Amino acid sequence: MSALESSIVLPPGFEPATDGREGEAYYLNMGPQHPSTHGVLRLVVRLDGETVLGVVPHPGYVHRGIEKMGENMSVLQYLHHTDRLDYLSSLGNSLSICLIVERALGLGVPERADYIRVILCELQRIASHMLWWGVFGMDLGAITTFFYGFRDHELITQLFEEVCGARLTLNYFRPGGVAQDVPADFLAKVQVILEQTRRSLDEYDRLLTKNVIIQERTHGIGVLPAATARSYGCSGAVLRASGVDYDVRKHDSYSIYDRFAFDVPLGRNGDCFDRYEVRMREMAQSVRILEQAVAQFPAAGPWRSKELPQYKLPAGSWFRWVEAARGAFGTFIVSDGSLKPVRIKNRSPGFSNLSVLDEIARGAKLADLVTILSSLDIVVPDIDR
Amino acid sequence: MSQHAPAYPRRSLARYLIDATKSLVTGLGITGRYLAHPKEVVTREYPDNRTQLRFAERFRGPVTMPHDEAGEHRCTACGLCEKACPNGTISILATRNLADKRVLGQLVYHLGQCSFCGLCVEACPFDALRMSHEFELASDQKADFERVLNHKEGR
Amino acid sequence: MIASLHSLTAAELAARYPATHPVGDWVRAHLAPAGAFTVNALIALALTTVFVSLTALFLVWMERKVCARFQLRLGPNRVGPFGLLQTLADGLKLFLKESFMPREADFFVYHLAPLIPITSSFMVFCVLPFDHNIQIADPQGGLVYLAAFLGMGVFGVLLAGWASNNKYSLLGALRSGAQMIAYEISYVLCLLLIVLASGSASTRDIVLAQQGTVLDWWLFKLPGCGALGFIIFIISSTAELHRAPFDIAEAESELTGGFHTEYSGMGFSMFFLSEYANLFVASGLGATLFLGGFLAPQFGFGPLDRALELVPGCVWFMLKVYGLVYLYMWLRWTFPRLRVDQLMSLEWKFLLPVALGNLAVAAVLVALGWLLP
Repeated sequence: MSALESSIVLPPGFEPATDGREGEAYYLNMGPQHPSTHGVLRLVVRLDGETVLGVVPHPGYVHRGIEKMGENMSVLQYLHHTDRLDYLSSLGNSLSICLIVERALGLGVPERADYIRVILCELQRIASHMLWWGVFGMDLGAITTFFYGFRDHELITQLFEEVCGARLTLNYFRPGGVAQDVPADFLAKVQVILEQTRRSLDEYDRLLTKNVIIQERTHGIGVLPAATARSYGCSGAVLRASGVDYDVRKHDSYSIYDRFAFDVPLGRNGDCFDRYEVRMREMAQSVRILEQAVAQFPAAGPWRSKELPQYKLPAGSWFRWVEAARGAFGTFIVSDGSLKPVRIKNRSPGFSNLSVLDEIARGAKLADLVTILSSLDIVVPDIDR
Repeated sequence: MSQHAPAYPRRSLARYLIDATKSLVTGLGITGRYLAHPKEVVTREYPDNRTQLRFAERFRGPVTMPHDEAGEHRCTACGLCEKACPNGTISILATRNLADKRVLGQLVYHLGQCSFCGLCVEACPFDALRMSHEFELASDQKADFERVLNHKEGR
Repeated sequence: MIASLHSLTAAELAARYPATHPVGDWVRAHLAPAGAFTVNALIALALTTVFVSLTALFLVWMERKVCARFQLRLGPNRVGPFGLLQTLADGLKLFLKESFMPREADFFVYHLAPLIPITSSFMVFCVLPFDHNIQIADPQGGLVYLAAFLGMGVFGVLLAGWASNNKYSLLGALRSGAQMIAYEISYVLCLLLIVLASGSASTRDIVLAQQGTVLDWWLFKLPGCGALGFIIFIISSTAELHRAPFDIAEAESELTGGFHTEYSGMGFSMFFLSEYANLFVASGLGATLFLGGFLAPQFGFGPLDRALELVPGCVWFMLKVYGLVYLYMWLRWTFPRLRVDQLMSLEWKFLLPVALGNLAVAAVLVALGWLLP
């Protein structure tokens, strides 16, 4: 194709312009190989100079058909595949399935297992947000933050390796509890991590939050109004930064989250800085939950209720969502009473959060697009599934 | 673009400059402190520290089959691990012994398909399988990804 | 030169800081003037080539090592002692790599572009006074020459971006062009400030005008103005160097590689080399203008001063330069990047007026002789 032809054929997803700026506008292909698309996301950006006129995301480069795979295996086997969706909050993914199976089969969960689940889920939220913090700094040009984020993330990962046997694809939760009991020094290690996290959060604040360049780059950028956030089905920090008070842990409580006192941090403006700050405050709230959970942790007890030979869901359909690190992660399972589900659908927070990108990036600069994308905190395998 | 007027407090220029300088100097202080403290370095020099590497006891590496001193394994070729595996990683090739009893001929483990979930180990009622701590799995030999776990046939 | 600023007369200065180097003198004594000029020029050329290459190699290593330590890493430590030969190995790799050119790129301009910045860095090295007698040329308009050749570097960037036939490159080049033009102004205003204060545009004379104690360096001697000028110099030279927080021309998280996205092999290494050569030049200029160049720091305390005087001037110059290099690295590895429009407002709405005002105040100070004693 010659240069002339390629300038006439519009990239997929774009309509011929009606704003009279077609003459000045050009299209820029960001990704699938691009440093700031966090994996293999492709964005086609319509630009006028540095100003973004429109963005069309093209997900699907890491589509593995995980939901379809789920129709060919038992729910227990499907559990570990969900670790590969949003790999930074893999426990949240498997928790939603475990909750479904427990409700469908009437399985109880021992108290100790519930506490283990909450502690690990909150640790993972902190780990995920720490990693996001590092990457956010890197997307804005402060490469050093990336390493500080990873340093603190590493501590939690090491604990996961000791408890779950893997660092990323944990596969630890089981219907009716968890796979194994926690090691003896588990609580002590959580305490160490909490101590380090408090220090790190303070450092993050001083290094990045208060930095004048960060504030200039994020204040008033990518403003997401509450109504838009609701209509696009945003969730997690993206939704709460717009001032919508919805946290699945609080408003559709599951597991034992109703036993803990914690606040839901809300933003006021819905801009990038609010999304940033909400996540920072969420980490502090997770620390708060962890403190309570560690204090109440049952000293002994079973970690898994009766193990069934097969987890055969009765005919019917179930849905359960949980608050994963990036927002509400839900699983919908239709069963006909056989071992393998008829249909599995995962509602991933990243997909809805990404779909709002075009709406809020219009009129921003190219550099802001990177900031906005980073503040949405997407994980591409979660979007593509 | 901005439907909401940002409600950030407006500061006087002098105040802004002071805050800005302070924030920048604070940042320099943090990175500078790390430069001055070599002990904070977190790098581990991997190929050199092979001998000191410690894995968590539960670390899930490739599946192995423990053999006792007599060289016997505990597998009965029941096939539960084969069924438990989500990826078809394990093939149990059963055979018959002299007494015409079904025993394990070969347990073929397709490492390339394994996702290290550990469901086979959980499914095994005889404790015949373990997850090893092996982690340097890269190889250019296809044969390295097809392993026979048992050393000899079952009895 | 303004005589009142100096404790020594011109003749005394010449005696204390001879302008000619023994090697040059030796060549001149043994050859006819034309031949001596040619031989000295060739020696200078050879020395500059070796020095610039080695400096760039060393600075790349230093940057990687320093940034690694900021980032809790060890940095290169495999090739040679402390990884010192890592850059050499990387350079060799780049040398052997295919020089790839995108389809429909402009062949001539694409290959010309990487040569321009490296040429300008070499040219600028000529007027840096490494010591009182180690300086290739000392034209009376040294700073004018310097500003001219520093400004030439932007052509390489602009042409590279244009010739690459890549939108990222073009965006990077346009950003870089706008940035360089903007920040050149406050950069040159800083040079002007020093020319005003020392009464000369020759780099050697500027250094010699800062004799005395540490307080006689222009950083301190012009009360307030010197320090402010130094800060503006650091900011605008960081922008000139395309280093974070002003690295919008490369901005890897936005533009992948900016203007050198499409360059590989030698083209890329030319850009890389000139980037680090320019880092040295900017630091050397900062040391010359504000930190007394090759002069040993004096604290008005006899024995200590005499001991410091024993250290050769080129060592002091290098120490000051590397101090500034370290400062640039510190800034780069701490701060996030500014957005392109913020960068422009910072220059046009803030730095430029401040630099102009600073210059005006300094002019009054110099005219009234209100300098620190």
